[in-house]
Amino acid sequence: MNLDAKIPAGPIEKKWDSHKFNLKLVNPNNRRKYDILIVGSGLAGASAAASLGELGFNVKVFTLHDSPRRAHSIAAQGGINAAKNYPNDGDSVWRLFHDTVKGGDYRAREANVYRLAQISNQIIDHCVALGVPFAREYGGLLSTRSFGGAQLSRTFYARGQTGQQLLLGAYSAMMRQVAAGTVEILNRREMVDIVISHGKARGIVARNLVTGELESHSGHAVLLCTGGYANVFYLSTNAAACNVSAAWAAYKRGAGFANPCFTQIHPTCIPRSGDHQSKLTLMSESLRNDGRVWVPKAKGDKRTANQIPEDERDYFLERRYPAFGNLVPRDIASRAAKMVVDEGKGVGPTGQSVYLDFRDSIKRKGLDKIRGEYGNLFDMYYQITDEDGYKAPMRIYPAPHYTMGGLWVDYNLMTTIPGLFALGEANFSDHGANRLGASALMQGLADGFFIAPSTVGGYLGAGKFEPVSASDPEFGAAAKTAQERVNKILAVKGKKTPTEIHRQLGNVMWNDCGLGRNEADLKKALKKIPEIRGEFWSDVTVPGADKDFNQTLEKAMKVADFLEFSELLVKDALERKESCGAHYREESTTPEGEAKRDDANFSHSNVWTYAGEGKEAVLNKEPLTFEHIKMAERSYK
Amino acid sequence: MTAKNKNSLSVTIRVWRQNGVEEPGRMMSYKVKDISPDMSFLEMLDLLNEDLIKKGDKPLTVESDCREGICGCCGLVVNGDVHGPDDHSTVCQLHMRRFKDGDVITVEPWRIKSFPILKDLAVDRSAFERIMAAGGYVSVNTGAAPEANSIAVNKDDAEEAMDAAACIGCGACVASCPNGAAMLFTSAKISQFALLPQGSPERQRRVLNMLETMDKEGFGNCSNEYECEAVCPKEVKVSNIARMNREFLLANLFGKAEPTAATAHLKSTPDIPEDE
Repeated sequence: MNLDAKIPAGPIEKKWDSHKFNLKLVNPNNRRKYDILIVGSGLAGASAAASLGELGFNVKVFTLHDSPRRAHSIAAQGGINAAKNYPNDGDSVWRLFHDTVKGGDYRAREANVYRLAQISNQIIDHCVALGVPFAREYGGLLSTRSFGGAQLSRTFYARGQTGQQLLLGAYSAMMRQVAAGTVEILNRREMVDIVISHGKARGIVARNLVTGELESHSGHAVLLCTGGYANVFYLSTNAAACNVSAAWAAYKRGAGFANPCFTQIHPTCIPRSGDHQSKLTLMSESLRNDGRVWVPKAKGDKRTANQIPEDERDYFLERRYPAFGNLVPRDIASRAAKMVVDEGKGVGPTGQSVYLDFRDSIKRKGLDKIRGEYGNLFDMYYQITDEDGYKAPMRIYPAPHYTMGGLWVDYNLMTTIPGLFALGEANFSDHGANRLGASALMQGLADGFFIAPSTVGGYLGAGKFEPVSASDPEFGAAAKTAQERVNKILAVKGKKTPTEIHRQLGNVMWNDCGLGRNEADLKKALKKIPEIRGEFWSDVTVPGADKDFNQTLEKAMKVADFLEFSELLVKDALERKESCGAHYREESTTPEGEAKRDDANFSHSNVWTYAGEGKEAVLNKEPLTFEHIKMAERSYK
Repeated sequence: MTAKNKNSLSVTIRVWRQNGVEEPGRMMSYKVKDISPDMSFLEMLDLLNEDLIKKGDKPLTVESDCREGICGCCGLVVNGDVHGPDDHSTVCQLHMRRFKDGDVITVEPWRIKSFPILKDLAVDRSAFERIMAAGGYVSVNTGAAPEANSIAVNKDDAEEAMDAAACIGCGACVASCPNGAAMLFTSAKISQFALLPQGSPERQRRVLNMLETMDKEGFGNCSNEYECEAVCPKEVKVSNIARMNREFLLANLFGKAEPTAATAHLKSTPDIPEDE
């Protein structure tokens, strides 16, 4: 497998500029002759569609929702990072670059991350111009706050709804192109396969979710902006529709899948209340700016939080990590919470949570100030738990949230299939083994607004394209395979619902491949997953027809893909015998229980390729070299 | 399994079932047992659907996604209340602790001519997309933006713009309005941009084009019932409608109505004179 990342030569500060200069251009009059298919309409997809449409390309956007505005980017709360240095606290492109590489535990490509940091400032400029109502100071200029993993204030925000506001900004820019006729939105469509013709990605087959018809669409390039796969854990902070299916279809067509075991567990989620739970709700980690995380010092302390005196509380993050305190990165905060819960100090009815306490901040800043900053999060917490977070501490527990792994892409965001690009969370590139807070929005918009428009254009300008149409046999064959799969699912007529099987898979993934991983558990998971998959194909039940609005069938198709993909994730976790970032191997720790990286053996990205049905996936490695940042133990003490 | 404790509820769901846009629909009743008060309303419907699937019956088609009140996907009329009995909340945030054992709960979709029912409880809200495409944006190309802090915005205006921008596009305002008006939705976007300097240059064409599309889509007009404000999950205020009306009036009095891209094809003379 050719894993040439195509990193441009020259000093890191100049790479992106010189690369843009070297990319071929498409003459403005010729752009409308190129069809670009974008799958997914979140931050990455909507921003790419807007920018490519503005350039004059002919863009089709596919979303499984009724409206692009439903994409799960909408749920991001806290903010978006940029190296503006408005607060004069010493920020710079170099520092954001450094923090992101360090935060990712040195498992990301330097050149990509540097470019991300460079573009971060343009994103803020553009979003302000689009009318995104960012928080402002009385002087009228933009306000910032700090976030986990950073010792300065570089996060721009719109209350606790930054993802919503940025998505609506990108969406509105895309809708402007819909009006201009350069972008067409095909809603309620789920991509089921990629079509490759003459060695290039030239189209997709999508299922119309209302009619159930399979539709073929041809184009000159395909952009997957289909988000992450945290729903492989069943319970996660992701929306119900989030899935791995498009990325998995790409993998089966030959695209490399990189670092699937890098899955982020977010520390500040509302704990589950019972087995009926359908999803977990995240509360922005910006809460950790003012909330203090603690548990009782004594095991099994049944007193209410407010009855526990100060000296009997263990502020375990502040104790263990005095320099960063409650603002340590997500992976560290999550593991520390699990550790105290495993020691029997967890709180709440299930014992599976820790406190997040605002008492001191309310005393220091006043109730109104806290309400102004986090009011919507307190309301959300109240609606779900029936508890008032102003009067007694909130309870939180980690939950699967974001996936750093994804389709392998080169510097152009192109996968190993020519003409198939992956943007945003769907690709693997910039966050290494752990993503810092407020960096997902930054990456999604960097990829969509600024990187893809140049690199996709460069690909189109440089290539020769055979005439391809959606009536070609490759499309018919892909649609036939997809239809056969649908028929096979409907024909099982067993006893278990797709959701039940998904929950079974989620339990295995969370218990054996969750916050802490070890060889024995991972091997156990590798035995259990094929059993569950077997159960799916022998005992699933999906009522109704395929040529219909059939949500159970949609769910079953997603679960079928998770049941295959999960095995690759566990294999990757087993193969990576080091702890790094969010991937914590219990065999690889320091005496104090901190994660221990193994740079001598694992300073690379694992890139897996499909070898065919029933065959072992093939492991390829892209070595990672660090010329600008000194690899060090990631210490937040 | 869900704990069968003394707190668990059983309820009867009376729900609208309809096979497709042109099909007739009817109310049907289902019993749902072993409901934990900590379940969300949608989790209770999940429980019902799981049961129906196991029996080989068709489950209810009901839309939801984020289940944290931000995506705007879910929307049901519960016992006559849009988004259920809780104020300023989406139906996904409604919890079963609000109900009693033995309750009969009526569940219906949004019933609005402009939002055709696709199946059961799922409706087609794409009319909102067309209103957005008519002008719900600031016309600025990627790459053309000035430095962010070169645009100062009065903090109060920014906050008010954010209040309006918080709209999640769920359609509750339309569903609650006796006239089926989409004025709260449309005015929220118009207000957001009217309050910000970035939105100023095209404020007139924006309001004219968005309102024209809104009318074309068959939505009604505002008669000051304030139902929309009462149900809006994001507490978008009717004062936005007043602002929209002002914008509309000013655009009509003083505006030079310019076509948007959407209507540009109707105009034959080019905007920019030919260069040599």
